[in-house]
Amino acid sequence: MADKVIYAMYDDDDTTKDAAKHLVSKGVHVSEVYSPFPIHGIDPIIGVKHTRLGINAFLYGITGTMLAMIAIRFMMIQDWPMNIGGKPNFSFFYNIPSFVPILFEFTVLCAAHGMAFTYLLRNKTLPGMPARNPDPRTTDDRFVIELKLEDNHGFTAEQLTAWVKETEIVELEEKVIK
Amino acid sequence: MHKESDIRIPLILGDKSYRDITDDIIRPIESKAPKGWYILISLSGLFALWGVGCIVYLLGTGIGTWGLNKTVEWAWDITNFVWWVGIGHAGTLISAVLLLFRQKWRMAINRAAEAMTIFAVMMAGLFPLIHMGRLWVGYWVFPLPNQFGSMWVNFNSPLLWDVFAISTYFSVGLVFWYIGLIPDFATIRDRVTKPVAKKAYSILSFGWTGGAKAWNRFEIVSLVLAGLATPLVFSVHSIVSFDFATSVIPGWHTTIFPPYFVAGAVFSGFAMVQTLMLILRKAFKLEAYLHTKHVEYMNIVIITTGSIVGVAYITELFISWYSGVEYEAYAFLNRATGPYWWAYWSMMTCNVISPQLFWFKKLRTSLTFTFIMSIIVNIGMWFERFVIIVTSIHRDYVPSSWSYFHPTWVDIGVYVGTMGVFGVLYLLFARYFPVMPIAELKTILKSSGANFKQGYGHGAGYWDKHAHHDHDDHGSHHESHIEASVETETVPPVVADPPVVENTEEASTEEETKNEEE
Repeated sequence: MADKVIYAMYDDDDTTKDAAKHLVSKGVHVSEVYSPFPIHGIDPIIGVKHTRLGINAFLYGITGTMLAMIAIRFMMIQDWPMNIGGKPNFSFFYNIPSFVPILFEFTVLCAAHGMAFTYLLRNKTLPGMPARNPDPRTTDDRFVIELKLEDNHGFTAEQLTAWVKETEIVELEEKVIK
Repeated sequence: MHKESDIRIPLILGDKSYRDITDDIIRPIESKAPKGWYILISLSGLFALWGVGCIVYLLGTGIGTWGLNKTVEWAWDITNFVWWVGIGHAGTLISAVLLLFRQKWRMAINRAAEAMTIFAVMMAGLFPLIHMGRLWVGYWVFPLPNQFGSMWVNFNSPLLWDVFAISTYFSVGLVFWYIGLIPDFATIRDRVTKPVAKKAYSILSFGWTGGAKAWNRFEIVSLVLAGLATPLVFSVHSIVSFDFATSVIPGWHTTIFPPYFVAGAVFSGFAMVQTLMLILRKAFKLEAYLHTKHVEYMNIVIITTGSIVGVAYITELFISWYSGVEYEAYAFLNRATGPYWWAYWSMMTCNVISPQLFWFKKLRTSLTFTFIMSIIVNIGMWFERFVIIVTSIHRDYVPSSWSYFHPTWVDIGVYVGTMGVFGVLYLLFARYFPVMPIAELKTILKSSGANFKQGYGHGAGYWDKHAHHDHDDHGSHHESHIEASVETETVPPVVADPPVVENTEEASTEEETKNEEE
């Protein structure tokens, strides 16, 4: 079935937010909002859940600490206990103070890179990916609210357009996606 | 968003719209490079080639081409290493620590400072690698399985900590920087018309779309990376200082080193940011985004960290006497009065005395004076490392092995060469990358733009309509009052100033601040 998409364009972040509020109050589901910079406060309006990337970073960090501990214990204690300056490496526990810097660095390394990589994957942003913003101006000074007919079964396209026209739009575009 | 106090000086001057911000920052990329750019890059390129030549000669001949001798076995190489790492501290500090403290003025400088950080750390990393003498086995510093039996690197050694610290710092800094760049590359991608540029920027932008969820993730990633980078930035220079502090050389094994090195690093890093940004803002006509107030904020950081460094120098001196350890006492007495007195007193003058001039408001808001000071500070910080390293070891325990260090042309060539490579990289960055975060600047336009704050041009009447818009953040309203009252003590109010449209030239901003004082 062909799906119809309505793109309502605005020229200000506040009017975009007001428009989203207006549409949502009519029971419309807003599929996406494209903007050149983060619009603070729009997420709860259009029902975007807060990201869980922070939890991810913590898990990656913990993994990093564990990996570093295992590796250092194997290399310094088990495989070849070095004895430098009469300070032997007999037990991980007694030698841990001098391992702290690397444990910390490796934790940060894993947390930061793990999080960054997950972020790129989840956003579908990788080298060579095509841009999916509906209008090139949305990365400059235009804001676009995207409404999909598929997500709004209860309404007709005409009804949605009428509601969109009640807001302070600067441009309106309808597209049919096969 | 809540209305920012009128007492706070706007961060974006003139009458800017979102479009203007995009235009202003992309203009240098879209237009032809000025003649000055070609001159500078050729000059840097020449220095860089000279440096590469010196490195090749050094690798072919041996470390003996440096002026090192059996007493001074560490000199310019490690001095330059620490100097570059120190410079590389401002970028992450600006983007991470200032982000956590919600300092909006950082947005004028964070992108360029992060670039500076990354290039500076690259230059720093070069020195230990060269010093190994066998550049091609540089990867031996990593704990890799190898053909020599169970030959692992020593995890107790501060030199290995350094390997991990510097490589983590470099790669995390790079990721942090690039994640911020992606949306701005998308902006360029959607504007340029030349096919090659379009293709290049569309690859660089990773297909960024700017959806609501993407921005939500963007903000959290920035925040968490900032949270991770903050302890990282402090750890890196602490670990660099451990290279000395964990040794048993009088003059090196002092517990004050970590905080003292970190403060010194921030000090020199901000000075370098000043040097580079003062040129950049002028060349790219970005005076509206980086004006006297930003420079003053940076000078305040410089005076704070400079004073910390000064206190550290004097503490060191005092403790060396107070400890009663005669070797320690001699090491410091020798620094100030021995054959290297000139290095010690250059350091003292450049780092301790001269930044104190920034207590005068006239001086810290003068761009010319700031530029000169930034160079003095960088010279001073180079001497600091030189003093710590060379003067502590040039007089060994046995007077027969006392010696004096003379740099050779290779020493000088490699150092100048790294400046050349740095210059080339930085100039390329300035030419092809957005030098200020376009997306982030747009987020502060309404709260900190002069036109919105003073209600003219694009911002006319905005806050009259929106002042009571948000009911959800009374807490932050309250906070802003507190901030405002603190601010009044130091900054005279400028509420009644007439709107300064298009009045962003250097001279006029200076005049403006003079008026403020009156």
